[in-house]
Amino acid sequence: MADFFHQNLSYFLSGISVGGQYALIAIGYTMVYGILRLINFAHGDVFMCAGLMMVYLSSSLPFTISIPLVLILTVAIGFVIERVAYKPLRSAPRMSVMISAIGVSYLLQNAALYFTGGLAKVYPEIPVLSRSIVIWDATTRVVTLVTPFLTIILVVLLSMLIKHTKVGMAMCAVSRDFETSQLMGIRINRVISMTFMLGSLLAAVASLLYFTNYASVTPTSGSMPGLKAFVAAVFGGIGSIPGAVIGAFIIGICENIIKGGASIFGIPGSGWTTFSDAFTFAFLIVVLIVKPTGLFGEKSVDKV
Amino acid sequence: MSRTLLSLEHVTMQFGGVVAVNDLSMHVDEGEIVALIGPNGAGKTTAFNCITGVYEPTNGRISFEDKAIISNHPSGRMKRTYGGVEPELFASEKVLSPTPDEITRLGIARTFQNIRLFRSMDVFDNVLTAMHLRSRANVFSSVLRLSHREEKAMRDETEKLLKEQGLWKHRGDKATSLPYGYQRRLEIARALATKPRLLLLDEPAAGMNPQETLELAAFIREIKEKYSLTVLMIEHHMDLVMGISDRVYVLDFGSLIAEGTPEEIQGNQRVIDAYLGVSEDV
Amino acid sequence: MDRERRNHLIRLFAAIAIVYGLVAVLEFTLRPTSIVFTVLRKGAIYSLVAVSMNLLNGFTGLFSLGQAGFMLLGAYTYAILTMPTSVKESERVYKYYDALVRFDTGVVVGLIAAGLVAALFAFLIGLPVLRLKSDYLAIATLGFAEIIRAVCQWDVLGPITNGANLLREFKDLSRITLPFSDIPFPPTLFVFIVVGICILLIVLLINSTYGRAFKAIRDDETAAEAMGINLFRHKELSFVISSFFAGVSGALLAMFQYTVQAQQFRTVLTYEILLIVVIGGIGSISGSCIASFLYIALSEWWLRGLDMGTFLGIHAPDLFRSGFRRLVFSVIIMVIVLFFSRGIMGDKELSFERMRSWVSGRIRRKEGAR
Repeated sequence: MADFFHQNLSYFLSGISVGGQYALIAIGYTMVYGILRLINFAHGDVFMCAGLMMVYLSSSLPFTISIPLVLILTVAIGFVIERVAYKPLRSAPRMSVMISAIGVSYLLQNAALYFTGGLAKVYPEIPVLSRSIVIWDATTRVVTLVTPFLTIILVVLLSMLIKHTKVGMAMCAVSRDFETSQLMGIRINRVISMTFMLGSLLAAVASLLYFTNYASVTPTSGSMPGLKAFVAAVFGGIGSIPGAVIGAFIIGICENIIKGGASIFGIPGSGWTTFSDAFTFAFLIVVLIVKPTGLFGEKSVDKV
Repeated sequence: MSRTLLSLEHVTMQFGGVVAVNDLSMHVDEGEIVALIGPNGAGKTTAFNCITGVYEPTNGRISFEDKAIISNHPSGRMKRTYGGVEPELFASEKVLSPTPDEITRLGIARTFQNIRLFRSMDVFDNVLTAMHLRSRANVFSSVLRLSHREEKAMRDETEKLLKEQGLWKHRGDKATSLPYGYQRRLEIARALATKPRLLLLDEPAAGMNPQETLELAAFIREIKEKYSLTVLMIEHHMDLVMGISDRVYVLDFGSLIAEGTPEEIQGNQRVIDAYLGVSEDV
Repeated sequence: MDRERRNHLIRLFAAIAIVYGLVAVLEFTLRPTSIVFTVLRKGAIYSLVAVSMNLLNGFTGLFSLGQAGFMLLGAYTYAILTMPTSVKESERVYKYYDALVRFDTGVVVGLIAAGLVAALFAFLIGLPVLRLKSDYLAIATLGFAEIIRAVCQWDVLGPITNGANLLREFKDLSRITLPFSDIPFPPTLFVFIVVGICILLIVLLINSTYGRAFKAIRDDETAAEAMGINLFRHKELSFVISSFFAGVSGALLAMFQYTVQAQQFRTVLTYEILLIVVIGGIGSISGSCIASFLYIALSEWWLRGLDMGTFLGIHAPDLFRSGFRRLVFSVIIMVIVLFFSRGIMGDKELSFERMRSWVSGRIRRKEGAR
């Protein structure tokens, strides 16, 4: 066991790190779903946009300016998307809102395609994060170690925000009962905007960590992490932040073990790499069948 | 003595900590009109949903024409609460849980408290769709129009039904554009199209004025005779309940508090208390 | 009433016959490399897949995003089955693997098999997935499409799928002949005939008793179930049939492109088809067809200039560079989604009566303005 662990240490490490990054994205999904019952298909693309903006901004600005600027701009994107694409459809059927989300995703990807010319952009090396270090014979980067801690710190901060601030409590109320909280005088649009902004902020942080590891950004590089983060959110029980985080770590680790792990069923490890993406979805489907409400989700009863 | 069509034995429905229906036993005999009344939130619609398979009762047995359609052994916490009550009734652990469509096939049709018509369809198609369950054509013969005879028969039957219900002149209208009273009527017609033996009406007179309610009473009696139905209805309008029902069951907070003929119920102190509330300081 | 219906049908078939006649005439007069044929062929193929998606999303109310996966299955099945055995045995296509499938079939068998394979997978996938609620269903079908794509590229299946490499030299549009002869068949007409038959079948289905059951499920699941309609069985039926036609359209797409690669059947393809359905109007067959041709004509032909530096006589190579067309496109789509959510046709169908009343309404409005 220890041997297996030692051999695959680098995969475990990158699994934990990727898991942390997925977790940060997943929170955006789970919060939005909790409040609007909407799968925000564009969330992964917001994450990608944050990566691209970093590429462009850091080429002319120092990191001390470009990093905060990226965070601010991503939050602005999240805010604008909600106001333009989702708010007008508040009373429309759920399918229309979902289609609108897909439209935004398509738009962001095509915009990225236009501006990058379809080429993969090299992500800047952020000084401290991209330095290599060696732990127990496994070479990795600082970012790998920083990610899980940063994730947990941010999650704790977020839960404090939700528990102890007025906006946070309003979020809770809205996710419980949309109509009633509206009647209780909660300014629903402000709460929803806030949710999107928080989600985008976390996605921007995730993009800093994720792309430092992967070194390049393409217009479609947001869709896969986005979908995986969504799966993590479903696994944890949609609407539940700790659930999303735990789900994300599990998915990150499993996926990396599959990517590099030893042979399974007699087929060498490399044969399974194709499946590291497919695994997530297979996992999703199993979760949905066995426990559709996820780990920490609440069961809802349909009114007839 | 007519035979029992529907019977509920010790039916309990629990949602988390809330017991919506508590140990309800009742029966409906063939040819009867039975009313289920009680204050708001008494569990009437939940009982309906248990009968029609929308919910699976936590405990209890429901049978239709002497065949059990659902028979649940008390589970978990319910076991402790109900294990003592006639345990031999629940000797089998077997849970049959038919879906609502199977129950409709058995011959139980229903209407809904908040009218649920097929929005995008016209009146004719609403009723025609309800005949689908008796269609024997498979997809291929249906697509290739090999079963046009059956389709024709279904259309004729729909025409007949709509004419009888006085809805024929509205056949081309969108179902949701009809006046409220007609929507109720259409919902009943649609339920009749499934050829039920037992018709469950969930607040058929909701939102009607006294005149319309009177008409509805006549209408229910009429269809009961015409299609030899048995009717179980939830209703708030006491005029309607007292006017047409043979027997009445009264629910309060999920439990049965009284049963009997309309006259007996009218004089029952517990029922009056349930509706008016008991003042504590008396 | 019956007479009116018969007249209506006669006019409909006359219109369709004219369209097919025009296609045949074009086929014999225009240069075979003309852009018109690209638009017609691809537009027809997209019509079929858009209509098949509409059957699910528009008529049964199931928000499924697996279309690309079923198209891929159809395309691969067709390519593998119709590739001549001699090609399979040579190293021209299967360079790194020994081809496992050592026989080949004709075009029609290939097309039907493409549909059947897609339908079979849809059946298996539907068993777990169709019990889920709307948005989970979307994600799960999307996920399955991704899994199918991953499996197709899997090394171990190389002897069948040629791994991640191209499949080519199968019976594509340039190689179809009249039955039992070597006389080439007009390719565009061929696509139109196949697509026409498929869409006709879907229309017949929608107007049958099963179609009514699908619409009932879309309108109100609880009420449909209370009317004795088995939700799962009908959803599964709709899903399988929709996937069958998605598979056929995938096969046609393979024929049109001359090559297939799993890589192209990404989620974006599904998104594109969904957006076509939305533009045409969810719940309208004719809307889906019109939107498909419009979409393909715009993207392949009319808006080409946006990518090439010059559009409407304006020469601005810095603005009109590669990718601008798609950007403009996605903006248009967002505008449609947000402001014209009923699309071109809403949930109505195109008919002469509607066209006539629309035109006369226009004229009357103009006269009124005067």
